[in-house]
Amino acid sequence: MSDSTDTGPVLAADGSPLKQSLARALRREKMRALALIAPLLLFVVLTFIIPILSMLFRSVENQIVSDTMPGTVAAIQDWEAGTGEAPDELVFQHLFIDLFNASEAKEHTKLGTRLNYEQTGLSSLFRTSGRRLDDIGETYQDPLEEIDPAFEEADFWYSMMNGEGGEGLLEERRDMWNAQIGGGMDGDVGFVPSSAMIDMLPWTTTAYTDWAIWAAIEDEDVVAEEEPWEAVYGALGMDLRNPETAAAIAAYDGPGAEQLQAAVANMDQLPQIGFREAFAEMDEDWLDPEVWDTIAVYSPRFTSGYFLTAVDLKLSAEGVTAQPEDRQLYIKLFNRTLFMSLVITGSCILLGYPVAWLLANLPLRTANVLMILVLLPFWTSLLVRTSAWKVLLQQQGVINEILVWLGFVDDANRLILMNNQTGTIIAMTHILLPFMILPLYSVMKTIDPSYLRAAKSLGATNFVAFWRVYFPQSVPGIGAGSILVFILSIGYYITPEIVGGTDGVFISNRIAYHISSSLNWGLAAALGSILLVVVLVLYWLYDRIVGIDNVKLGG
Amino acid sequence: MKLLKTLTATTALCAAGSMAGAQDMADDVTMVSWGGAYQQSQINAYAEPYMEMNPEVSITWDESSNEAVAKLRAMNEAGNITWDLVDVVAADALRLCDEGLAMEVDHDELLAPAPDGTDASDDFGDLIVSDCFIPQIVYSTTFGYRTDMVPEGVDAPDDICDVFDTETYPGMRSLEQRPINNMEWALLCDGVAKEDVYDVLATDEGQDQALAKLDTIKDSVIWWSAGADTPQLLADGEVFMGSTYNGRLFSAIVEQNQPIGMMWDAQVFDLDGWIIPTGLSDERLARVEDFLYFATDTQRLADQAKYISYGPARASSAPLVSTHAELGIEMAPHMPTDPENSKNTFLYNYEFWADYRDDIDAKFQAWLAQ
Amino acid sequence: MSALTVNVGRPSLLTFTMPIVAVLGGCFGFITGNIFGQPGLGFVIGALVGAVLAAALAKAPKLNRRKAAWGTAALFGLVGLVFGGVGGLIGGAVVGLSMGWFAVWIGSGQYRAGVPIYYTAGQTLWHNVFLFICAFVFFFLIAPLIPVMWLSFNAQNFFTFTPEMLAFKAEGYSLKHYRDFFSGGGHPLQGLLYGAVVGAVIGGLVQLLPNAERSVRKIVVFAIIGTLIGVVVGKMWGVSGAEWMTPLKNSLIIAPFATLISVSLGTLAAIGLSQTHVPGRQAIMAIMISPMIVPLIISATGMFFFYAPLGNWLQANLGLNQNFVGYLKVILAHAVLGVPFVIITVTATLVGFDKSLTRAAANMGANPVTTFFRVQMPLILPGVISGGLFAFITSFDEVVVVLFVGSAQQQTLPWQMFTGLREQISPTILAAATILVTISVCLLTTVELLRRRSERLRGMSPG
Repeated sequence: MSDSTDTGPVLAADGSPLKQSLARALRREKMRALALIAPLLLFVVLTFIIPILSMLFRSVENQIVSDTMPGTVAAIQDWEAGTGEAPDELVFQHLFIDLFNASEAKEHTKLGTRLNYEQTGLSSLFRTSGRRLDDIGETYQDPLEEIDPAFEEADFWYSMMNGEGGEGLLEERRDMWNAQIGGGMDGDVGFVPSSAMIDMLPWTTTAYTDWAIWAAIEDEDVVAEEEPWEAVYGALGMDLRNPETAAAIAAYDGPGAEQLQAAVANMDQLPQIGFREAFAEMDEDWLDPEVWDTIAVYSPRFTSGYFLTAVDLKLSAEGVTAQPEDRQLYIKLFNRTLFMSLVITGSCILLGYPVAWLLANLPLRTANVLMILVLLPFWTSLLVRTSAWKVLLQQQGVINEILVWLGFVDDANRLILMNNQTGTIIAMTHILLPFMILPLYSVMKTIDPSYLRAAKSLGATNFVAFWRVYFPQSVPGIGAGSILVFILSIGYYITPEIVGGTDGVFISNRIAYHISSSLNWGLAAALGSILLVVVLVLYWLYDRIVGIDNVKLGG
Repeated sequence: MKLLKTLTATTALCAAGSMAGAQDMADDVTMVSWGGAYQQSQINAYAEPYMEMNPEVSITWDESSNEAVAKLRAMNEAGNITWDLVDVVAADALRLCDEGLAMEVDHDELLAPAPDGTDASDDFGDLIVSDCFIPQIVYSTTFGYRTDMVPEGVDAPDDICDVFDTETYPGMRSLEQRPINNMEWALLCDGVAKEDVYDVLATDEGQDQALAKLDTIKDSVIWWSAGADTPQLLADGEVFMGSTYNGRLFSAIVEQNQPIGMMWDAQVFDLDGWIIPTGLSDERLARVEDFLYFATDTQRLADQAKYISYGPARASSAPLVSTHAELGIEMAPHMPTDPENSKNTFLYNYEFWADYRDDIDAKFQAWLAQ
Repeated sequence: MSALTVNVGRPSLLTFTMPIVAVLGGCFGFITGNIFGQPGLGFVIGALVGAVLAAALAKAPKLNRRKAAWGTAALFGLVGLVFGGVGGLIGGAVVGLSMGWFAVWIGSGQYRAGVPIYYTAGQTLWHNVFLFICAFVFFFLIAPLIPVMWLSFNAQNFFTFTPEMLAFKAEGYSLKHYRDFFSGGGHPLQGLLYGAVVGAVIGGLVQLLPNAERSVRKIVVFAIIGTLIGVVVGKMWGVSGAEWMTPLKNSLIIAPFATLISVSLGTLAAIGLSQTHVPGRQAIMAIMISPMIVPLIISATGMFFFYAPLGNWLQANLGLNQNFVGYLKVILAHAVLGVPFVIITVTATLVGFDKSLTRAAANMGANPVTTFFRVQMPLILPGVISGGLFAFITSFDEVVVVLFVGSAQQQTLPWQMFTGLREQISPTILAAATILVTISVCLLTTVELLRRRSERLRGMSPG
């Protein structure tokens, strides 16, 4: 006790302090455990978690609008949505340039499809307008070429536009193309816009640069040898209409000065209407303020629109509003999915509990043979089991035939067991029942039967002994099974699709529909995210109540 | 171990195969079609003869036409096109063409002229509904009914409005679980003139009107989503009448001897054909073009009608349509284009549905869920 | 079960057996009478028949249950045949079987066999009702498989019971769907021969290993296993373009490799997770279980967008063949889906694993690898195998993910079933299912046998 040498730290065999040595051992053990786990963890994260997250990211992604119409989206910021007036000429000038580029890249129809999710008719508006933009350009191109045939020549354009100092603009427009078609526009263009032209003819230079990049890289042409596309002529029209530009042209003496001055002198031959009217002539919907409200509301790079649609709301110029009543669908589907999953879970408990009890209390050999009966359907293809239920449940099916033959059901009033909720509930209860029985069984196996005997010998009736002693101990099994069944059932889609008819389908069917038929992947991802959040909350509860390690599958 | 060997063996084989043909045409072709009797007719009429002529070619069939648009879009986004030739309905072809997922083709250059020298584009005529679309067949969506379930003392149904008449013709009906076709039929039977149908359907009131008409039979409808559903439902006697593709009904009636009758009234014509996905490599494209030239010539399209009752898309093929390959019956009276059958027909309005599909579908699904 | 069972002797015939059997007979009579529109009359006749049967069987010399039941079944079936043709025969036989069995079961007092002697009548009744409920649930589980198997012999191309089938006429049945299933390519006979020879040789070689017990039985077992594998591989060899054999081949290539990946990685991780000190255990567990809880349709699309560029990259940078990459993608996707099952079963097994065994092995100089393979592995093998089987079946039965991730060259059996159901409802699907169910039964029996063997090894007595 009084030995003073013991006051120092306790030493391990190698002479280091025991505390350190223990810490090191612990660290080593942790490292070893992690090293064992790491390969799988990496594998699951890489091949599963990241793909899922990137999929869910689509639910807020909305780059397509600003990538396809960057100029228009920027210009529309000054326009006030909800005023009942379509925007002014400037926005339409940007629209012309943007839409022309987009239709060359065949991106305008994608944008139309995207916006059509929000407002009917936009798809055809974009598609038909995309086809007719060349005509608008030609209304400028033809008179210009009449004023001076040099406007037809590649050489004329190239010598006028090419110069130096415009690298900034070139790169800016290249980025625009890259954003629009998803990359691949890098490389030598063989053209640099001249900074003088950028100052004097901003629209024209921009349009020419757009064309030059497209021609050089996508079409693999030589810029100096090709006549630009119609948009450049339209852009020149925009520039010429600006009074300051006319003054600058008068003072200009570089390449093409003569032709430009001729064009200014003959302004009366160019179309007298602006682009706003030109668009309106093409399709009067372009003056519909609702169209512009939609474009303005959905112009940011990220949107809450898909999530709002997924809960029957709508993003509009007035803010968040409810969907019209005849289009409210998703809340109902979510409710139905949750309700039916609850019913399925309930019936699984009712059917699974007695069987699990029997299995847990029979001799092991008998129990294992009976377990094969539980596992057999579990191992039979889901598709086959579902079609089997179809054969059984339909109105001319086995069950109805037997009932009619026995005289319990009138031939004319056969039971409708399928293509409704009943069908989904029966088939899915059958399919998910093993997922209830297995965890219940593994929990009941651990309950010591002597507790029950003790309760009875202390005078409890069978029922009281069961209810007060056995049942509480089996609750973790019920919890495990229920949450497993519930989670699996809210994600099901093939079985409801086949036996569910119209009122027996789940939200997953709608997700599948949006993924494979309507191609509204953003909405599918939003619906999926909501579903996933519900599942994760349940999983968290499951872990709190039972602990995920306590799930067992099979004996 | 053996499985591993199988795997490596097939891999090696395929590698060798693709190397041999690399200089001009790819030898492994993946074609996408609908499965079932229709795909079989394509195999019999063009794929097998083609493979006999070109023994180095092997064709893999993918029965994914149903979700072709979604899958092609995903493949395109991911930059991995595994399909070489895709069989789609015209509406899907339009969508794919719009999105730049299908290649625009020059029909005259790519396809064989008719035997009399008519250019392909004239031979196909109006059926070339899109620059990307190479038509094969004209099919129709129409009704079949159980002949043994027609009530006594009543004529067999021969009018589209009999579908909505549950008093005279009790029993279930099966309709496709989508608004297309159903909305038109509903309006036709609610007093809207045939030429006004799409104008009416473009308005909210018109859509409500169609849904209200469908509401009258909603309780006696089983909604189908796969082509095989209605023939099965009719064979089971689950439904009295149901809409499906005419070729499916033909096969149930003639090949399977089921007690089913055809009702051709207000059948909706639609087209089915090939598209070439964009982004194929040169040798794959060369193979596809070579195949298409063969598979869409006048004789091949007429041959297809030996196996299934869909009308060939070429005008020059129609006179060559002969008898069923196994049963030996005349095929012409079973074609939707036969004058006797096409007294009252409807044409799928591609433009309209491209615009209104999402919107009306949202309404339709909400209506179904009520 | 060690519960005390005492034979209490036969219950009273007049006050117990006869009335109870009469009630059952009455119920059957009610149902039968209902067919002819006379339920009341049917009830009375049924009750009388029941009472007479009970008395007759009780007075008859010592009959065992089985004989009595089959005898009654034959008698009733004959009566049914006279009145109702083939349907009557079957109905009569079923009613007779249950009545005969029930009468003896009740009459001989065997109904008390499963309950302690002190149970009251009510408790005994409840016990037996409970057993009937359980039997019903088992019936519910298994019954849907019966029409599947039955319809797979349909002579028609629809999922419909034809009148010929119901009348049990030969022309209503055919094996054509099985022929369709097995049609296409392959050399099963060569496979059989090679397999048997290779199996026998391996069986012989195994005996040359040090410490191996030597017996001819082993050679035979290996030869049989080799034959089975040989037939399958031979049948699959070189198949292409066959409607069902090609998908089956693909499934048989994909599922084992996916299982191998998920089992090997999963077992290691489960061992890691079972250590005492694992930082972030809950989170890691959640991540590993996630493939089971994320709705499949979301997983499928998410994986599609990930695997497609991955495949491109592999093809472009490593020069891999497109077909090979296609298999690889599906195998990886299925491996991820199988991981949760392996993790769950193996961690559950490890809970009962005695850690002092590994320490003892280390003490005696075994290195960690030897310890793992010679000590730990044999003991947790049942858990690993059952996890592996779950992973296998997950891959073998998976349709949504493969539809998205795979391309046509990797079409698997469920994929073919799915498109088949959608595009051409044909009973070939049911033939495929029947074959798969048969294989499942074999697999499950194997698992049970393995489990019993492992119990013997661990020294636990089979219960």
